[in-house]
Amino acid sequence: MIFSKNPLLDSLIGSAIGSVSTGPPITSYIIGGELLKEGVSLIAVTAFMVAWVTVGVIQFPFESIMLTVKFALIRNATSFLFSIVVAIVTVLLLNNGW
Amino acid sequence: MARHNRAKRRNISWFFVAAVIFIYVVIACVDLSLFSKSVVLFSNLIIKIIPIFIIIYVLMTVTHYFITPDFVTKHFIESGMRKWIFIIIGGILSTGPIYMWYPLLADLRKRGIQYGYIATFLYSRAIKVPLLPVILFYFSAKYVFVLTATMIIMSVLQGIAINKILQFEQ
Repeated sequence: MIFSKNPLLDSLIGSAIGSVSTGPPITSYIIGGELLKEGVSLIAVTAFMVAWVTVGVIQFPFESIMLTVKFALIRNATSFLFSIVVAIVTVLLLNNGW
Repeated sequence: MARHNRAKRRNISWFFVAAVIFIYVVIACVDLSLFSKSVVLFSNLIIKIIPIFIIIYVLMTVTHYFITPDFVTKHFIESGMRKWIFIIIGGILSTGPIYMWYPLLADLRKRGIQYGYIATFLYSRAIKVPLLPVILFYFSAKYVFVLTATMIIMSVLQGIAINKILQFEQ
């Protein structure tokens, strides 16, 4: 199991795996749901699913051709960081009675 | 280029199917009980999600019919708060592969639309209304609501951040 019990590290690992994965979002939901059943933390699963749909490592070459390398770099880097933030905020809100 | 990428993705999909079938055949030769166990698991999963796929298909057909590139282009030209709202809604409702949207977004950029708005549109695309049945199948409605709201806020923050970063660099 590559996931630990450290929320920050788990979200980082989830985001990293989600970033390099590609495919329709539906696949990420199914994998995420199954990971959750296997005991992976919600924070890691959320980071994984959000990174899957927002970070486009595979699409990067085409994105950089169409919208410049600088934009593609900044967008993907911020999407990666935001996937961790989204995971932490979502789980914090849920744990605080939302 | 988009057509080339689509053809390439189609080929990769067939390779993937072929690889999965090959793995199943190998497992059947090595361990028949493991093979039958995985076939039962796979069949149960498919039976469970077939109704969801039908709902998704209907929702995707409807959104694909109404949310066209022309619709998005028209609303990128709005101003102020309305612009943000239309970009987010356009992103959420837009369908099809991302490759189809890059040329349109590049064209909008040439017409003076700031990169931040393009980033917000791309981020909002991550929220998929037609796929809600699947995510609700695995996660609670409360989770889906909180995640969606957080992602909408984050899409705006990313747009603002990218506008600031690129303005600062210029």
